[in-house]
Amino acid sequence: MTTTTPSVPGRWQRFRDSYLWYSFKRDYTAQLCFAIFVCLVFAAFSAPLLAPTNPYDLAQIDILASELPPFWIDGADANYTLGTDAQGRDLLSVILYGTRVSLLIGFGAVALQALLGVTFGLMAGYLGGRVDAFLMRLADIQLSFSTLMVAIVVGAVVKASFGSSFYSSYAVLMLVLIIGLAEWPQYARTVRASVLAEKNKEYVDAARVMGLRSKRIMFRHVLPNTLSPIFVISTVQIANAIISEAALSFLGLGMPETHPSLGSLIKSGFDYIQSGSWWITLIPGAVLVVLVLSINLLGDWLRDVMNPRLYKG
Amino acid sequence: MALLEVTNLDVRFGLRQGEVRALRDVNFTLERGERLGIVGESGAGKSVAAFSLLNLIAKPGFIAGGSISFEGKTLNTMSERGLRKVRGNRISMIFQDPMMTLNPVLSIGEQMVECLKAHRRISSKEASAICLDKLRQVQIPSPETRLDQYPHELSGGMRQRVIIAIALLLDPDIIIADEPTTALDVTIQAEIMALLLELCEQHNVGLILITHDLGVVSQVTQRMLVMYAGRVIEQGPTREIINDPQHPYTQGLINALPQMATPGERLNQIRGSMPSLSNLPSGCAFHPRCNFINRADGKPRPACIEQVPGFVESGNCRVACHMVAEMLEDRRLKEETS
Amino acid sequence: MTAPAEAMAAHPTPTQNEKSDDSLLQIRGLKKRFSLSGDFLEQLRFKGGKLVRHQEYVHAINGVDLDIKRGEALCVVGESGCGKSTVARMVMGLITPSEGEVRYAGERIDNLSSRQLLPYRKRMQMIFQNPYASLNPRMTIQQTLEEPLRLHHPDWHREKIDAKVEDVMQSVGIDPDWGKRFGHEFSGGQRQRIAIARALAVDPEFIVADEPISALDVSIQAQVLNLLMEAQQERNLTYLFITHDLAVVEHFGTRVAVMYLGTVCEIATTSTLFAKPRHPYTQALLSAIPRLEDDRPQHIRLSGEVPTPVNLPSGCVFHGRCPHANARCKQEIPVLQTQDDGTRVACHAVEEGRL
Repeated sequence: MTTTTPSVPGRWQRFRDSYLWYSFKRDYTAQLCFAIFVCLVFAAFSAPLLAPTNPYDLAQIDILASELPPFWIDGADANYTLGTDAQGRDLLSVILYGTRVSLLIGFGAVALQALLGVTFGLMAGYLGGRVDAFLMRLADIQLSFSTLMVAIVVGAVVKASFGSSFYSSYAVLMLVLIIGLAEWPQYARTVRASVLAEKNKEYVDAARVMGLRSKRIMFRHVLPNTLSPIFVISTVQIANAIISEAALSFLGLGMPETHPSLGSLIKSGFDYIQSGSWWITLIPGAVLVVLVLSINLLGDWLRDVMNPRLYKG
Repeated sequence: MALLEVTNLDVRFGLRQGEVRALRDVNFTLERGERLGIVGESGAGKSVAAFSLLNLIAKPGFIAGGSISFEGKTLNTMSERGLRKVRGNRISMIFQDPMMTLNPVLSIGEQMVECLKAHRRISSKEASAICLDKLRQVQIPSPETRLDQYPHELSGGMRQRVIIAIALLLDPDIIIADEPTTALDVTIQAEIMALLLELCEQHNVGLILITHDLGVVSQVTQRMLVMYAGRVIEQGPTREIINDPQHPYTQGLINALPQMATPGERLNQIRGSMPSLSNLPSGCAFHPRCNFINRADGKPRPACIEQVPGFVESGNCRVACHMVAEMLEDRRLKEETS
Repeated sequence: MTAPAEAMAAHPTPTQNEKSDDSLLQIRGLKKRFSLSGDFLEQLRFKGGKLVRHQEYVHAINGVDLDIKRGEALCVVGESGCGKSTVARMVMGLITPSEGEVRYAGERIDNLSSRQLLPYRKRMQMIFQNPYASLNPRMTIQQTLEEPLRLHHPDWHREKIDAKVEDVMQSVGIDPDWGKRFGHEFSGGQRQRIAIARALAVDPEFIVADEPISALDVSIQAQVLNLLMEAQQERNLTYLFITHDLAVVEHFGTRVAVMYLGTVCEIATTSTLFAKPRHPYTQALLSAIPRLEDDRPQHIRLSGEVPTPVNLPSGCVFHGRCPHANARCKQEIPVLQTQDDGTRVACHAVEEGRL
C-alpha cells in the first residue's frame, strides 16, 4: 500500500467537512436561533458599554420618571427607548443587565450541574456495583426534591445563619448553588447511560489490556466518547436553569430587585399590569421567552445532528 | 421469456458529497426454479441490487435507469399498490437478521396469519392450517407450540427457519435471500442452507442468494454474478466460474481463501481494499489492486486506467476485463492466421 | 512455521500432571459462571408460601484445561456461546474466573491486582474482533499507538517514542504519515492493522487474538492473516487464536482445541484434527464447512439445538445432539483422554471404541 499520502486536514478543515456544519448550513431555524442567541449573549455581557444608564447606580435613577411607556406609545420620553420601570430605571438598561444576570446564573448552574453530574455519572457507570447503586440512589433522592424546595431550604438556612443582606449580596452564587445542586442528577443519568454503552466497546477492553488505570480510562477514553449527549443535554439544561432562576426570582426567592434578573424584573412589573404599565412585565418576559426558545430550538437541532439514529443522509 | 429480467439497472444515492452510483449496468435473468448467486464483498452493491429488485430502496437511494421485469411486467415503474401484490406474494425476501422481519411483540402465529390474510381472502382456521404446514416443511420441531411463541423465545437457527416458512407462505415464484446465514453458526448455517436448497428444488422456486461466502454459492446456486464497486464484473455458470475464474478479482477472491494455500504458507492476498463508491478510480475500478494491469512487456495497459471495461463473452461466462478481452482477441487472431 | 508442528507430532502432548517446561501459558480447571439474578432483592422469590433466595447462573466455562507452548499458535474453535471468547478474556484478566487458575510462565496471574498485572501487560497483548469498535474514535492513530509506550516506558523521551511508533506502523503496512488521522478515516482492514500495531508496540511475546478477522471481507482477511503470520515469524510470537472459522484454523494453527458449551471436547495438532477428527462434534463441525468443490451441502446432520448454558445437560454436554450417544453419555461427564497419536478427546464413544 504505497499510495500517495493525502494531506491531513486541520481542525478547521475537519469542522468544515463535518456533518454538524453541513446541517447547520441547511437549517435556517438553527441559524436564526444561533444569531438571536449570540446577539443576546453579546448584548448582555457588554451591558456596561451598551446600556444608556447603569441601573445599579442610584444616582442615575430619576424616581419622577417612573412608569414611562416605550417609544411607540404616546407620552414616551425619547431618553428611555423602552420606557422605565416603577422605580424610574431605564427599562432597556435593566433588561440588558438582567439578561446578563440570568445568563450568568444559567451558565454557572449548568457548569456546576455538569461537574457534579458528569463525575458521578462516569463513576457510577464505569465502576458499577455498590458505587453505582449508592450514587444513583443519591440522584433519586435529589430528584425527589424540587428546585423550589432546595431553594427554600438553602435560602432559609443561609438567611437564618448569615442574615438576609448576606444572602442578597451573594444571591448569584446562591442561585448557582441551588439550581446546580437540584439538577445534577439529569447529567448523572445521561452520562451513566452512555458510559454503560461505551464501557462494553472493545476500545475500553483494549485500554484495560494495555494496563491503564481506571481513572485514565474513565477520563481519557470513555468521557470524550460521551460528549455528544452531554452537549445535547446542556442546551436543555441551560434553558431550564434560566427558567428556574426566573421562577425563583418571581417567587421572591432569587435575585433582589436592586440587582434584578429577568425573573425579578417580571415580578417587579407584575404589580403594575393592572394600572396599565404592562411593558414593565411584558418586555422582559418577551426577552426571556425569546432567549429560552432560541436555546431550546438550538438544542433540538443539536440533538438531531448528534443522534446517529436520526441521520438522514 | 425469463421469469425475471433485469436490464441496465442503475441505482443512485443522493448524498451530500453528491450523487453516488451504487449500481450500474447490472444485467441478468432468472428462469423459473433457477438459483442465482450474487457474490461480492461489503460495499460491492449486492444488497442494493437485492433491494432494488422489489423497489425497496430507501431514500436517498433511487432507481435512476434500467428496468426490472417480472413476468413481463416492469416492477420499477409499477404503482405502490401493484408492487404490494408482488412483494411477499410472488417474490419474497429473507434478510440476514431475522429480527428485521419478525415483529418482537407479535407471536409467530399472528405474524404468519397476518401475512397470509393480507394477500388472500381466507378464514383464520385455514390460515392456521397453512402456517402449520409451512412450519412442518421447514422442519421445526413441535410446530403447534411454535405458533404461540414469540420471536425472542426461539434460537437464531429456529428464527431463520420461521423466516423461511414465512417466505414460503404464499408459494412465491422467487425468494431473494440476503446473507441468510451470515449471523449463524457453521453447523446451523449448513442445515439452513441445505433446507433452503431442498425447498427451492421441491417447489420449483427461484432463488437469488446474496452472500460473500463463495463456498455457499458453489453448493447452492447454478449461476452466479460477481460484483465489485457497484458493477457486475463476471457472470456465468457457478461451477465454471469457481473452477476457472476469468476476472482477476474473482481469481484473487478465490485464491485468497485459506483452503487454497498450503497450511502455514502465505495466503495469496489481494492488495489494498475496495474503493468507496463516492471515490471510484478511473477506468476499471479494480485496476489499483490488479496484478495483471501490466502487459507482457511490463508496461501498464492504458485501457485499464482510462476506460471502463465492457463485457466480453468467454465460453459461457461474461467478463468485464480488458486483459481477458485482449487475450480473447489474441487467440482469435491466432486462430485466423493459422 | 512447520517446525513446531513437526516437533508436536514427534512428542505426544504431555499429560496434565506432567509439567512441561516449554508451555508459556497454563490453564487449569477454569470455570466461569455469570449470575443472571441481579442483586439480592431481585433474587428473593416466593415459593410455597416461603421467601426463598433464587439464583440462576450462566455456566459459560465448565472446567477448561489448556497448555500453550512457546512459539505455537493454539486455535480455539467453537460456535457462538461455547465460551471461547470468555476463555480469552479470562487469560487477559478482563474477567476474573470463578474457579481454576491461569499461569503465565509458571506464575499465577488470575488473582493479581491490576497493578501487579502491569509487567505482564507488556508481555501479553490482545487483538479484538471488531476493528470498528476497538479503536477509540476520539484519538488519533499516533495517540492510540503512543499510549501503551508511554505507560510501559515512562523513561522514554519523545524522539524514542515517535521512532517506535513509526517503526511499528511500518511493520503493519500503515504509512506513518497517517498518524494524525482518526480511526474512522480508515477501512476495516487498515483499522485492524492499527489494532495489531497497538498490540505489537510493547513488543509482547504472547498475543490473544479474539476473532481478529471475522469482521473483515475475504480479500482483507487474507491480508490480516498474512500479517499475523509474518509477525509470528519475525518476533517469535505465541498465539491464542479464537475463531469460528475452521478454514482459517487449518491454515494458521499449530494445534486446535474444539470447544462446545464451555468444555473442551478435543485437542489435537491441526493436521491430525483435519485428517482424523475423533469427537462427533468435531466431525460435524468439519463437515459443515462449505467447500468450493462441493456441488451440494454434505454435512453431518445434528439433531436438536445447542442447549442453553443456564441449565447444562447432565453427562456429556453434547449428548442431546450426538448421533452416538448412549445411556452412559447422559450420566457421566467425559474427560479428556490422550489417544495414541497425542490427540486428546473427551468422548465415551471414542474411549469405548464405538467410534
